[in-house]
Amino acid sequence: MTVAVPLSLIEAFDELARTPDARLIQGGTDLMVEINFNHVKPVDVIALRRIKELRTWQVNSNNTITIGSGVPYQEMEVGQLKELLPALAEAARTVGSPQIRAAGTLGGNLGTCSPAGDGLPVLFALDAIVHLQSLKSSRDLSIHEFMLGVKRNARHTNEIITGVTVPVLDGWQGYAKVGVRNAMVISVASACLAVDKKNNSVRIALGAVGPTIIRCRDAESWLVQQLDLTSATSIDTTIAQEFGRRVALESKPIDDHRSTAEYRRHAVGVLAQRLITRAYTS
Amino acid sequence: MSESIGNEMYTLRINGQDRPVVDAWVGESLLYVLRERLELPGAKGACEQGECGSCTVLMDGDAVCSCLVMAATAVGAEIVTVEGLIEKDPSMAATAEVIASQITDVQQAFITEGGVQCGFCTPGLIVAVHHLLDKNPDPTELQVKESISGNICRCTGYGRIFAAVEAVVQVRKASR
Amino acid sequence: MSTVKQDTRLRDILGTSALRPDGVAKVMGSFSFSSDMWAENMLWGATLRSPHPYARIISIDTTAALLISGVSAVITAQDVPGKATYGLISADQPVFASEFVRYMGEPVAAIAADHPETCRRALAAIIVNYEVLAPVVDPELAMLATTEQIHPDGNLIRHQKIICGDPQISGDITVEGHYTIGMQDQAFLGLEAAMAFPDSGGKGVELHIATQWLHEDRGQIAACLKLPEDNVRLVLGGVGGAFGAREDISLQVHCCLLALHTGRPIKMQYSREESFFGHVHRHPAKIWMKHHATKEGKIVKVESRMVFDGGAYTSTSPAVLINGITHTQGPYQCDNAVVDGYAVRTNNPPCGAMRGFGVVQACFAHESQMDKLAQACGLSPVEVRLINAMHTGDKLITGQAMESVAPVERCIRETDAIPMPEPLAANANVLEFPGGSGRTADRQNIVRGIGWGVSMKNLMYSEGFDDYATARCTLSNGIASLKFATSEVGQGFVTLAPQIARSVLGVDDVVFETSDTQIGSAGSTSASRQTWMSGGAVDGACRLVRERLFEHVGELHNIDPIRLMIEHTDVIDTIGTFRISVTEATQGITLSETFEHHHRKTEDLDANGQGNCHVAFAFVAHRAVVDVDIELGLVKVVQIATAQDVGRVLNPLSAIGQIEGGIAQGLGLAVMEEIIMDNGRVKNPSFTDYLLPTALDAPSVVAIMIEEPEPQAPLGAKGIGEPPCISVTPAIVAAIRAATGKALSRVPVRPQDICL
Repeated sequence: MTVAVPLSLIEAFDELARTPDARLIQGGTDLMVEINFNHVKPVDVIALRRIKELRTWQVNSNNTITIGSGVPYQEMEVGQLKELLPALAEAARTVGSPQIRAAGTLGGNLGTCSPAGDGLPVLFALDAIVHLQSLKSSRDLSIHEFMLGVKRNARHTNEIITGVTVPVLDGWQGYAKVGVRNAMVISVASACLAVDKKNNSVRIALGAVGPTIIRCRDAESWLVQQLDLTSATSIDTTIAQEFGRRVALESKPIDDHRSTAEYRRHAVGVLAQRLITRAYTS
Repeated sequence: MSESIGNEMYTLRINGQDRPVVDAWVGESLLYVLRERLELPGAKGACEQGECGSCTVLMDGDAVCSCLVMAATAVGAEIVTVEGLIEKDPSMAATAEVIASQITDVQQAFITEGGVQCGFCTPGLIVAVHHLLDKNPDPTELQVKESISGNICRCTGYGRIFAAVEAVVQVRKASR
Repeated sequence: MSTVKQDTRLRDILGTSALRPDGVAKVMGSFSFSSDMWAENMLWGATLRSPHPYARIISIDTTAALLISGVSAVITAQDVPGKATYGLISADQPVFASEFVRYMGEPVAAIAADHPETCRRALAAIIVNYEVLAPVVDPELAMLATTEQIHPDGNLIRHQKIICGDPQISGDITVEGHYTIGMQDQAFLGLEAAMAFPDSGGKGVELHIATQWLHEDRGQIAACLKLPEDNVRLVLGGVGGAFGAREDISLQVHCCLLALHTGRPIKMQYSREESFFGHVHRHPAKIWMKHHATKEGKIVKVESRMVFDGGAYTSTSPAVLINGITHTQGPYQCDNAVVDGYAVRTNNPPCGAMRGFGVVQACFAHESQMDKLAQACGLSPVEVRLINAMHTGDKLITGQAMESVAPVERCIRETDAIPMPEPLAANANVLEFPGGSGRTADRQNIVRGIGWGVSMKNLMYSEGFDDYATARCTLSNGIASLKFATSEVGQGFVTLAPQIARSVLGVDDVVFETSDTQIGSAGSTSASRQTWMSGGAVDGACRLVRERLFEHVGELHNIDPIRLMIEHTDVIDTIGTFRISVTEATQGITLSETFEHHHRKTEDLDANGQGNCHVAFAFVAHRAVVDVDIELGLVKVVQIATAQDVGRVLNPLSAIGQIEGGIAQGLGLAVMEEIIMDNGRVKNPSFTDYLLPTALDAPSVVAIMIEEPEPQAPLGAKGIGEPPCISVTPAIVAAIRAATGKALSRVPVRPQDICL
């Protein structure tokens, strides 16, 4: 059993080459729970928290933002990241508690790939590109190709998720999450909506209502036909309602101890209706 | 048993001191190492999954749940536990009176305002409140609530804890 | 009298907000909880638990576990030298399951090893061969004679009816309902933990344990260990909350057995997940209730059928049931009643004590009924409750006279007079909305509702139990030393006891001796009883010492002791001018007295549920204001207004802490806390899925303490621990009903109950 704490990506790849089955740990908020609950017994662990390259973010010249996989959620709640990616800021603020937000990262959300991961609906709504790197190569994967199912993703074992790139859109965006208490709650259902005025499109992605995050493509394209997203300043209640109804239809929720499929379906419909209404009243 | 569980050796920086950890199992949380190996039982464990805040410590200036930090990965980080909040004067004997006179304003306010009952959540809350007030000396009521929303208290219903934070804020304001 | 009137508030006597003596240690993190203990050469203990709700054990093979390096002992049922079972009321729960496991999580074996991780591996290496059986999980089915009896004692733990007055009488108006109460967990933060030290030679053991009742534990442990009680010494380990969950045995016997087997100190502590399986929960219950009333809304008769799911073992189910049915009427006058109550054994987790103890369940039903009655009679919730409010001297449905001070009307009126909270502002922060940081609601989605709940709660133990508490006071050189076995679980008895000593003896310095079994029992820290019982014992012991002090001073100074009294910190002659400080008067002498406080006798109930079964009662009113997001079914409790009958406030800071804390737990049951069962399986044994109120869920609490000293109570004070958490739950649900128009007959109210 080993634990390695590399200080750079290069060192991390060396470690990964040496222990190819190692578990990668970033903030620890997922893996340590698994260990504490005796669900996994890692043999080798590579900790990424001290790799500075992963803890940075930058605005790119093509109006996109690249966020390192080790940037903690608390940094997304404030400042320029909040200004440019308000939906991500709202999602970040719903992640666990302040203590979790100081440790948790998008890298962790992507590595774990739980459908209840709070950051993931935002990445799906923004069509994020996930950056994966190995010792010898790197590749970029669309988030839609990256998340394969409940806690399954397309990362190869020799790869490290280095970050994501998302566009800075012109248009309202927001996130909402249903939980049964007012803070520190795991998602029962969540939704991220982003308007892209430049391309006259709207994107809505749902969390915790299917095996992966669900993009509601039918509802999105229906809405585009009802509304000029670029010029509209308000939205009819009936359109918002119908949008919610269509979003709900695209969800694939299940019954479990956190809620019922029926409630979750209902809830994402309400969230979609409210988010699109917020988009055209603010 | 095919694998030994005691094979790690590393040094943590805790409350300003280098603390070697020997013979540890790699999966040990920082909480376990603090409590069981380094004689720092102030951080408490109550959920093992970051859902109660009893184990809150400062790590490089951030309040984190020490149950979710793999201890061996915390090398190089500055860790402060509830035991490290007090600057002890080594020249003074550790009598009850001396200790009581050394506690921080936040700690004193928790006692005076009734923020302590069973006391199990208290060390975590003390760390969280110190962290809050260091970052934001004049928080609104909602900012206080949000910033300690990761610290579950089962006894007080939080009312006296809010009162304690408010009392510290007012005293610090007056003395500025 | 005294010429210089000193400010008594400077001294931490009764009535002041004296501060916790353990406060400094607790804020520093140096207070030693039972989980903080460590000993040279110690081993870790751990428990193997059944993964099945109901199964026959075919075989247990511990060979592989014993071969793991670092493992010192593996023990099972056959290693229990004494009684194979334990229990608070009926010893029907095995130390380790041998033939059957009857609930998911039932202990099957325990191990001792050098590291928690070794323990986990060793547990995994024990091979238990089960024949899985279909669990009996529905209490209605379980109580039928035709259903498989899952325990030699049968499935019906207790049946008790109450028939009072004219069972045939009816009223102009009837209202009825079926109510469901979910399984709540005490969820104390300080997990079960203990350290056992074996005596050399294995003839005895010392157990440091977080418990509510040292002596009761000792009796049960000694029987299982087959040791004389004197050879089993219990010392109170620091307790991180209790709320009823530490009344039953959990790891006590296992820990002692492992210590005796290995000859080494054993530390055991449960994880949160294990804790959900390791202690009893609040009984889930189904209650049918029907009220008959006059057109004016005056209750004529109450009828009810209550079924409490006791889970696999008895624990305190019989007493919980009796509390439930004897509180059917709530704090209201009622001359006629027909009540039928059942506590039933199932393959669900054992249920027992939790703050409110059976009354929580009954109260949710009777308060829901009162609102229905109000509606049927065209009255407001306040009016219907005032019309029916109980008074001192009223006869209860058990035939017992209400002898306690009963300021029910005052509780209601004073609560009603508390100002309402401001309306939700148009620009309110999203964190104030239902859904909070999830940003689910907009201002226009939110509807406000107001609801009421009023309750009556018995204090202390009932049904003939000789419930007493013991304390010793030793006074020397101006310092009072107190000794008692009372469990301080966070409630603040360690604050109160010195206040009593200071008030009675005129001392300032009060120290404690260790709380352990080296003195008589203090009874349990439960049933809102320690202020009354252990408070009475400390008061009694201090008064005896004071008599001795007066005799001593009288003899020395030739004054009739009857003329002496304590004023401030002095002994004074009430007639003459003599005055001597208590410190000076006790130089070089030691006065020590032990006192046992017993409350008045109670009786069993007869076949018709008649009898003076309770000692005393306390009352409280709650008014809840909630904001509801009707479309999503999310709730934010805005304000709880409350007036509580406390008898006398002995420590205002402690009292408000009990009230606010109890309200938060009642809020939890109203809208979020439930152990979710699926055919005998617990689905959410973690803090991710068993949700407790956070700081952002806490309502604003406005509390009034009604002080009408209780003549029966040694200090005039009633117990205040339980009432806060009882009627706040129905008040919140009533407020949600008011906001939504939904019937809402179960707690916790789930989002889908509101919006679907």
